[in-house]
Amino acid sequence: MRIPCSRNIKFLVLIPGGWLLCFLIPRLGILNPYVQLVFIYVGINIILATSLNLINGYMGEFSVGHAGFMAVGAYISSLLTVRVIPASWNPYLFPFALVAGGMGAGLVGLIVAVPSFKTRGDYLAIVTLAFNMIVKSVIENIEAIGGPRGLLGMQKMTTLPWVFFWTVVSIWIIRNFVYSNFGRGVLSIREDEIAGELMGVNTRRVKLLGFVISSFFAGIAGGLFAHNLQFINPRVFDILKSTDILIMVYLGGVGSIAGSIIGAGIYTLLLEYLRFLKEWRMVLMPLLLVFLMLFRPRGIMGLREFKGFVPQYYLSAVELWLARRKKEDVAPSH
Amino acid sequence: MSYFFQQSLNALQLGSIYALIALGYTMVYGILRMINFAHGDLFMVGAFFCFLAATVLHFPFLPTLLVSMAGVAFLGVIIERLAYKPLRQAPRVSAVITALGVGIFLENLILAIDPYPKHVPLLIGNTTWDLLGVSVSSLQVLIIALSLGLMLMLDFIVRRTMVGIAMRAISWDKTIVPLMGVPVNLVISITFALGAGLGAAAGTMYGLAYPVIDPYMGIMVGWKAFISAVVGGIGNIRGAMIGGFILGTVEILVVAYFPSTYKDFVSFALLLVLLIYRPYGILGKPQTQKI
Repeated sequence: MRIPCSRNIKFLVLIPGGWLLCFLIPRLGILNPYVQLVFIYVGINIILATSLNLINGYMGEFSVGHAGFMAVGAYISSLLTVRVIPASWNPYLFPFALVAGGMGAGLVGLIVAVPSFKTRGDYLAIVTLAFNMIVKSVIENIEAIGGPRGLLGMQKMTTLPWVFFWTVVSIWIIRNFVYSNFGRGVLSIREDEIAGELMGVNTRRVKLLGFVISSFFAGIAGGLFAHNLQFINPRVFDILKSTDILIMVYLGGVGSIAGSIIGAGIYTLLLEYLRFLKEWRMVLMPLLLVFLMLFRPRGIMGLREFKGFVPQYYLSAVELWLARRKKEDVAPSH
Repeated sequence: MSYFFQQSLNALQLGSIYALIALGYTMVYGILRMINFAHGDLFMVGAFFCFLAATVLHFPFLPTLLVSMAGVAFLGVIIERLAYKPLRQAPRVSAVITALGVGIFLENLILAIDPYPKHVPLLIGNTTWDLLGVSVSSLQVLIIALSLGLMLMLDFIVRRTMVGIAMRAISWDKTIVPLMGVPVNLVISITFALGAGLGAAAGTMYGLAYPVIDPYMGIMVGWKAFISAVVGGIGNIRGAMIGGFILGTVEILVVAYFPSTYKDFVSFALLLVLLIYRPYGILGKPQTQKI
């Protein structure tokens, strides 16, 4: 029986309302600039956590080098806006520069997806970490883009409305991907890859697509990050940053988009709130991660999800199967 | 030609340090099937203990070495009991992330206590001899000799003593061995202590050879040592020793004959290529997966 799909009024009101709010807040000066900055970081971290959740949570792979994709996206979009696009066109071509950065990161994600065909678990973690170090090493060796000194000169084009827009887009696309006909394969890889392959899921294609989508959004987050900070250097995108993103995903809950939103929000706000601890703040953070892994490895949300994100109708494949079964019930064939 | 021999000596020195740390990675993986990413930071803590013993307590060389090995062995056992033991039945993801977290915790703890890079005083006289155009320093000879000695001792422990037989048995089959009356938890703690102790010895010698130490030095050196363990075949003790020397040679060759900024890139690219085409390493055996 078909469950009617609920066109969620909540989203139709929340999203344009939120975007309007993002325009009004800097205009009317409701919150001070520091709080606005924190919200921008929350948005960027939500994009990062959601994209990593696609690989670690939904696909069950073990990718620990997400900062590498972020670095590629940040550098490509920064190079475009600083060196290629003339300054007066920058505010209009900013989304295209971001998308270009994302596509570059996606291409790199394609390269990382290839080892994932044969390796799983620990070995994939090593591969992705090694890849993170390689990206950092390669950037440090290219003198033309600044090498270890870094790249600066970006205009501050990351504003609250842009961050909100990209956050909504990334959540929307990833959620639709996971609940689509094709995206069901992602879950089958997590549960039992060999059984899924036997059932006809093209695991290679699903893995490629998963990695590419995830790294695309990581690249976009990197571009937003670069244009907010106005200075990037390879040291920012090392294993510490990757571990930050991991904490956000595992804090909120793996395999749940709502989890990554909550995890990113709580982590960023907690980090800002704990600034009074000065250097002991970064001693507390990994302890938080260890305690999380020991006592609540599923995270805050576990594997649950916001009701509004889960579609309220069956997939067309399931519909066909149900219809066929009903026909067989009525006229059973021996 | 003497340049080549000089660099070979440097490669032996670096390789022996990598081999000692790689032994720690390999032993823990052999027993627990878990990659202890915090091992590089145990190496760093060993170097800092050596610094403390040398400057605050004014110990000569041998007590400094023993103090740092004992201290880090103790720390390794504590970490194992608190952070890794509860996760033995958990999925591997949790263990790896916990290991990463413990490593970062150690780095930032030392950073919070005292962030400035430290200079380790020279605890033994350093005389250089000129041998056929190659300048050999007594420090280098000490490092290579000490590392070889420690590796031989470990090999003896693993192959000839009851503890070593227990270690190899546990890495072979973890479920049956406790039924045979082997105190598994004790053996695992001893393994961690041995691995951490060797890492601390490497840290002490690294501190003497390259006298400036800082809290973040464990990351890169730890990763290189991990690559050497994987190159040799992770879980295999002889493999870790061989892998350490191979990686030391590769790195010194890159530094000697190519622009030296590429040394990290070459090491990690080697790791990547190896993991794709021969993930079980040189002395390892391919693992079959039962469906």
